[in-house]
Amino acid sequence: MGGKTDIGPPYFKNFMHPMMQKNYGNWKDHEILKPGVLMHIAENGDKLWSVRVGGARLVCTDRIREYCDIAEKYCEGYLRFTSRHNVEFLVFDEKNLNPLLDELKKRNYPVGGTGNSITSIVHTQGWVHCHTPATDASGPVKAVMDDLIEYFTEMKLPGKLRIALACCLNMCGAVHCSDIAILGIHRLPPLVDNEKLPKICEVPTTIASCPTHAIRPDTKTKGVQINNDRCMYCGNCYTMCPALPLADAEGDGISIWVGGKVSNARSGPAFSKLAIPFIPNTPPRWPETVKAVRNIVEKYAEGARKHERVGEWIERIGWERFFAVTGIEFTDKHIDDFRLAQTTFRSTAQFRF
Amino acid sequence: MRKEGDLMAKSETPLLDELEKGPWPSFVADIKMAAKRKPTTMDLLRQLEMSYRDKVGHWKHGGIVGVRGYGSGVIGRYSDRPDLFPGVEHFHTMRVNMPTGWFYTTKALRTVCDIWDKYGSGMTNFHGSTGDIILLGTTTPNLQPCFDELSANGFDLGGSGSALRTPSACIGPGRCEWACYDTLDMINDITHTFQMELHRPMWPYKFKVKCGGCPNDCVASIARADFSIIGTWRDNIQINDDAVTKYAESGLDIAGEVVGMCPTRCMNYDEKTKKLKIDNGNCTRCMHCINVMHHALAPGKDRGATILIGGKAPILEGAMISWVIIPFIKLQSPYQEVKDLLAKLWDWWDENGKMRERIGELINRMGMRVFLKEMGLKPIPQMVRAPRSNPYYFWWPEEVPQRKEAK
Repeated sequence: MGGKTDIGPPYFKNFMHPMMQKNYGNWKDHEILKPGVLMHIAENGDKLWSVRVGGARLVCTDRIREYCDIAEKYCEGYLRFTSRHNVEFLVFDEKNLNPLLDELKKRNYPVGGTGNSITSIVHTQGWVHCHTPATDASGPVKAVMDDLIEYFTEMKLPGKLRIALACCLNMCGAVHCSDIAILGIHRLPPLVDNEKLPKICEVPTTIASCPTHAIRPDTKTKGVQINNDRCMYCGNCYTMCPALPLADAEGDGISIWVGGKVSNARSGPAFSKLAIPFIPNTPPRWPETVKAVRNIVEKYAEGARKHERVGEWIERIGWERFFAVTGIEFTDKHIDDFRLAQTTFRSTAQFRF
Repeated sequence: MRKEGDLMAKSETPLLDELEKGPWPSFVADIKMAAKRKPTTMDLLRQLEMSYRDKVGHWKHGGIVGVRGYGSGVIGRYSDRPDLFPGVEHFHTMRVNMPTGWFYTTKALRTVCDIWDKYGSGMTNFHGSTGDIILLGTTTPNLQPCFDELSANGFDLGGSGSALRTPSACIGPGRCEWACYDTLDMINDITHTFQMELHRPMWPYKFKVKCGGCPNDCVASIARADFSIIGTWRDNIQINDDAVTKYAESGLDIAGEVVGMCPTRCMNYDEKTKKLKIDNGNCTRCMHCINVMHHALAPGKDRGATILIGGKAPILEGAMISWVIIPFIKLQSPYQEVKDLLAKLWDWWDENGKMRERIGELINRMGMRVFLKEMGLKPIPQMVRAPRSNPYYFWWPEEVPQRKEAK
């Protein structure tokens, strides 16, 4: 007999501390006491402390049990995770707060990610577990966060800065609206294996999977032909058809995108835009990518006004200035030629030199 | 760890060992920790080391694997070098639907860990980017017993494939004073109501629902959900004058940092009286002033949400940020109006969508006017940035007296 199906997720309130259940919907205000430490105050004066800890996302059960040990010692057995892979230890009695922070320090757990900081990088699986990656995910994330950890543990940026990484254009990590996005890309068209293709792929769905209509049927082999001039290496055909592999050690690498956001604060939500078209994959620590991200973070930190996000800073100074201050080369790759290309061309005589 | 001169201690994964260095938590350390108890998990690290050497991935396309009665929740994964790494020959993922808001007791977490240690690799994601608990790596024969034990302990699988994907919510009323509706209850309700749609893929492609409690949108629903529900209000921002004064006295530059950055310039601050005034009719509820002065300002009391549609990542037609279809709706359990709308738009999408076409892409192809008509939604200016600037518009036949047929 199989297990009972369709029971759905456990009821969240059963996993909430009674004090949080009591004050559910009755929170009044909050304070960031220091980086990584939040205090929420309920209408009735009850206080709740949350301590935010950066996690690796790819964690083993021993690590989760370690989180549990800590939560049992200081948090009465309650904890939560954030939408960006952080752990939050919930403290219901103030006297547990400093001992918790001491223990986290002893265990080298980074505390931070609140307010005007860089919080954990939302990311995908990469070479660890995905079949279409153009780069690794956990590795570049670890290397970038090792370098930027001061911006996680301190709140010294003008505004919030959200970084995300996706290892291919499928963007399981939906990086398209991040202040800084790290995106794996391919640069070579698929290698067509027409001996295997008709046996393992559906030709019509393979043809339909191409956004630039570069795929045609090949009548001779009952496979397909690819017009390589039209291919922009998105990899969607490979997702549909394993006989069209396009991963390549030299072809694959990383692109960097900037200026996206999801919140409505001040300016509306915005897409990230291309900053750096290609950086080679250089495992194990991707030094060029790390340097490129740090450069953008530092130039933003220097140039932005208080509260401005990366995209708002760039909008104010202009893209021409962004490329000038960051020293990033502007190329034909930056000029759009997809569906909405003309909406990105400058139809005004207003610009900066 | 390696001692010089100790040949036996020569590492199999010299490249990945570099990622054990540095202050950020190391996934390599975690894989090694798991491999101590589960020797086969070491093959995950060995295969990854090969990827770090040759700079390509080594996983094949997923085969169709799953548990009885479900079409989703399990992602098949096989190594392309089982000859070298037999421990990861099958290495399937199970997506487990997280408790809404990602709240846990340690008891529940330990239960999940115990089950996963019994049936899987010991490696997980807490959490995947859609929000599920990701149990990373098990064999085909272990899928069913693992599911059975999860189910017996109150956990169920999440969505995958062309199905409703595991819905997610911000922390909302659980801990946030800005929640304009009960994001947690609503997502829990929707998830339980649509178990069939979650577990049995039957649509053109995936469909995501996310609830953000206020315009800060901490779950990125506008970018990452086909159906984005974002809290808002339609009365006046609540002002506590004493707290405004306190901010002024503490040195906050209210004129510059708050009033000066208001996108609609609907605020006025009098330096002399230290009074802040808001022209609420012109406020677009962006949250900036409330974010900066949260001791003094709060969202209004007539709270609800904006509903937007179509958000997605680039594949296939390009990335989209959701579009407004309902500027304001009151949201109260059992959320029938929203559930009815979901059922209706799923029907329309199912009928008209091509394979792997997201609903935003379908709306783009068929036209927003068609979608609105089918949904019975009246077109209003809040839905657009600006009206069209080209003259290429359609008329419905019933809107124009038709020519008499020529004889």
